[in-house]
Amino acid sequence: MASVAHEEDLHGHGHHNHDHHEEGFVSKYIFSHDHKMIGKQFLITAVFMGIIAMLLSILFRIQLAWPGESSDTLSFFLGEQWAPGGVLKEDMYLGLVTIHGTIMVFFLLTGGLSGTFSNILIPLQLGARDMASGFLNMLSYWFFAISSVTMLLSLFVESGPAMAGWTIYPPLSALPQAVSGSGLGMTLWLISMTIFIAGSLIGSLNYIVTVINLRTKGMTMTRMPLTIWTFFVTAILGVLSFPVLLSAALLLTMDRLAGTSFYLSDIIVGGEMLTNHGGSPLLYQHLFWFLGHPEVYIVLLPALGLSSEVISTNSRKPIFGYRAMIGSILAIGFLSFIVWGHHMFITGMNPFLGSVFVFTTLLIAIPSAVKVFNYLATLWRGSLIFTPAMLFAISLVSTFITGGVTGIILADSALDIAIHDTYFVVAHFHIVMGMSAVFGMFAGVYHWFPKMYGRMMNTRLGYVHFWITLVGAYGVFFPMHFVGLAGAPRRYYDFSVYKDFNIDSFEMIMDLNVIVTIFAILAALGQALFLFNFFYSIYRGPKAVQNPWNSNTLEWTTPVEHMHGNWPGELPTVHRWPYDYSKPGAETDFIPQNVPLAEGEEEH
Amino acid sequence: MESKLIILLVVIIAAVAIAQLVRVYELSSKLRGKNEHEINQKDNNFNALLLLIFMFLQFFGFIYLMLVYGWTGRGEAASIQGKETDWLLSLNFIIVSTMFFFTNALLFYFSYKYVRKPGVKAFYYPHNNKLEMFWTVVPACILAVIIILGLKSWNEITSVSGSDAKVVELYSKQFDWTARYAGKNNRLGKFDYKLTSDNNELGLVTKNTIDTAIFHMLKGVTGIESIQTKLNDPSIILSDSVRISLEKKLSSKERLIRLMYQMKENHDTKVDGDAWDDFIQKDTLYLCVNQLYEFKFRSRDVLHSAYFPHFRAQMNTVPGLTTRFKFTPDITTNEMKIKMKNENFNYILMCNKICGASHYKMNMKVIVLSKADYIKWEAKKMKETFKDKYFPAAAPAKSPNPVPVDSTAVDSSAVLPEKKDSNKKV
Repeated sequence: MASVAHEEDLHGHGHHNHDHHEEGFVSKYIFSHDHKMIGKQFLITAVFMGIIAMLLSILFRIQLAWPGESSDTLSFFLGEQWAPGGVLKEDMYLGLVTIHGTIMVFFLLTGGLSGTFSNILIPLQLGARDMASGFLNMLSYWFFAISSVTMLLSLFVESGPAMAGWTIYPPLSALPQAVSGSGLGMTLWLISMTIFIAGSLIGSLNYIVTVINLRTKGMTMTRMPLTIWTFFVTAILGVLSFPVLLSAALLLTMDRLAGTSFYLSDIIVGGEMLTNHGGSPLLYQHLFWFLGHPEVYIVLLPALGLSSEVISTNSRKPIFGYRAMIGSILAIGFLSFIVWGHHMFITGMNPFLGSVFVFTTLLIAIPSAVKVFNYLATLWRGSLIFTPAMLFAISLVSTFITGGVTGIILADSALDIAIHDTYFVVAHFHIVMGMSAVFGMFAGVYHWFPKMYGRMMNTRLGYVHFWITLVGAYGVFFPMHFVGLAGAPRRYYDFSVYKDFNIDSFEMIMDLNVIVTIFAILAALGQALFLFNFFYSIYRGPKAVQNPWNSNTLEWTTPVEHMHGNWPGELPTVHRWPYDYSKPGAETDFIPQNVPLAEGEEEH
Repeated sequence: MESKLIILLVVIIAAVAIAQLVRVYELSSKLRGKNEHEINQKDNNFNALLLLIFMFLQFFGFIYLMLVYGWTGRGEAASIQGKETDWLLSLNFIIVSTMFFFTNALLFYFSYKYVRKPGVKAFYYPHNNKLEMFWTVVPACILAVIIILGLKSWNEITSVSGSDAKVVELYSKQFDWTARYAGKNNRLGKFDYKLTSDNNELGLVTKNTIDTAIFHMLKGVTGIESIQTKLNDPSIILSDSVRISLEKKLSSKERLIRLMYQMKENHDTKVDGDAWDDFIQKDTLYLCVNQLYEFKFRSRDVLHSAYFPHFRAQMNTVPGLTTRFKFTPDITTNEMKIKMKNENFNYILMCNKICGASHYKMNMKVIVLSKADYIKWEAKKMKETFKDKYFPAAAPAKSPNPVPVDSTAVDSSAVLPEKKDSNKKV
């Protein structure tokens, strides 16, 4: 019912305003209620944050590869306070690592992926005029924007940004006496994340309501593209898990400001004996990872959804096992809530509890394997077209495998003892999040760019960007596994300490670190091509046609020029699933969802 | 500054150059009547080929790194439990590497093989229940093996060690480690963080240490009485902020001393002996080969992690919570030096949980001695117990009825911290 009312309202609205269609600058570009514009706002903000976080990573990679050597780059960006004489300070190293992780996980991969593509694609692929609530949608972007600014602001605080790692484990994050970043920097971190969570919640609720209520006629749940399924499950994960992070942050704030003892007990720091007693740092870890693990899938699922769509379209084949894919998405979503303890095997948590988490965690490998094999079966006997989006989507599958199999090792508690908190872990989650999820995002941008801006990105530049990124990122994260297997702990400022007890390990770690840093710089420079291509094509790219990839989903039935309400006239009616590619008996190798079944044609 | 200007100039020129190239490319595409979204056959085939080449590069890179750096970059496991971990890790590595090669090979091979060819239509193949069942069940079976073996090993490694284990406490603080051996009776003395002071760094609980701590809290330089004097002295004018901070300090100290009096009331002097015979060891942790060790971990300030990379052992240290771990070193340091072909090799205990600016420097050398050497070392250390070092005048450790000592008459050596001793390297 709600959808009908909404439709009529918009229809009437459009009718009356035909002659003064032009909106003001502010309502069109800044406080826009239009989901397409909000999606683009999310994308550009996230890309900006991503560039900053990437730059931070280059800064600390320089320190890791050439410890103690003066660097112009470091002194240029950090100045005398944080890099006296061009050598990074120890505590700022931790600050850079912390903010790099926070921005990448939350601002680039959560805001950038789910925020951008849920906004752009949910109404367009479902056949809706807009999100359920345009106003709340706008609000969710502006919360995101404010939290981004707050997070960046914390980099300029005198005592430094948060320095307790992106997981901000207390007591380190609760005690300014323990590390300088736990002062104002940490406060800003907490404020920023609180705002971020509020925005994410509003956004997610909106996505859920839209998917449930605003599907166009004929768009049953099992006719939705997999992209929508992943955004839907992602939004549910966000709604259920982000509030737990908020409570964790709230208790931490109380410990910091109000003298409570949720996470603190029996502590002497900076020569001062604290009276806090009875709290437990493990409580924080439980709360944090109750979000933290679903968060991995909040990041990954949208990427998998985008790649499903891109791979199916560019293989000219239906995605193999559509229902199994939905089942896997739901299974992954459910399981992601009962595996958080695998981050805590050696924290002092009861080992029996640990073994339960081993079991549930390894179960997740089953739906993940199903997804991979389904992708492989989709490619089999296809007619593959390698657009830049397709290349990124295929590499996503490759890195999903590579990152997934190392996950099996880490999820095994007995093995985790030896490699916990080493570079093996860093390599593992960067392959999954830094490569798979980012590749999914790139695939999405290249594929839907014509829909977002009505113009095409340059394909050749896209190819160059893809190959530099793939080779560069593999060059960074593949050798990193071996640094970890040599036992090198993460978050170490300088591995020269190894000289004192094992010169061979030291040499090996340093050799690999130099290789990793060089590849990292290469991959970072490669992103300049993307940025150039992106912004150049927004203004100067060749005009796009309505359905450039010959795709089935509804967004390609909208006019190239954006309009409020998405479709002129009536909303399209859906008659089939979105994957009728190369269907025998059809004239073209694609049949859009709004084409009625032909005489005697069976649905898949 | 000049170099920066030049760099900036180069960047700008590069951007302009790319823009011009793109422009030329677009114009030529327009002339040829080509649309940007149409991928021509040449580009398509070329990318398919590159993907295949990339696959070989990736496989070659993996094998190369494996051969050169191997997974035992830190050498053979030097403990009985670690050897078990290594065996399991190797097995898992073989399983997952097989998966890695198999699925990646299919992925890139399909990408290469099924690249668009003129006149060849894709095969409409939406699903196949048998196939899907197959690749659900097979991974499930492999995972079952991994889970069963993993949990078996996990249960063994984390099970409580018996009475034959030597008990050692590892105490962590920013940014060093201190070890406490359980002494003759192999029982660690009790501890309470409130008793921590310069001559009782680990906060061990005995009647004397309680008395000393109370005395300090009351009459020490920054003790309760001195703060009270300062606050009540009309001749001292305090700014508001100083006064508030002093009052805060006072109230927290009063709270602590109340708890200390309580502790004193409830203290059973019978357990004092457990603490008196413990001995404390800094800088280097000495272990005996083939001896099972039960480690207890504590932290004074923030989270740390006791990480022994060569023994494949690791456990976080948590303020307010005692954690534990066990292992049996089975290769002495000297043997390992020969195995590693490195005269200067040493085992190490590192901190592996971010704990502050100097986190990376927080480590402790570990030396595994042969049994004979260890007995010699231990005999020497048994003469430098906690009591001998810091409270030589206190009641004897083994006395069944300790002589009551008046709190106001504590031996002066006990009250005044002996800094020179406690910081000396052993």
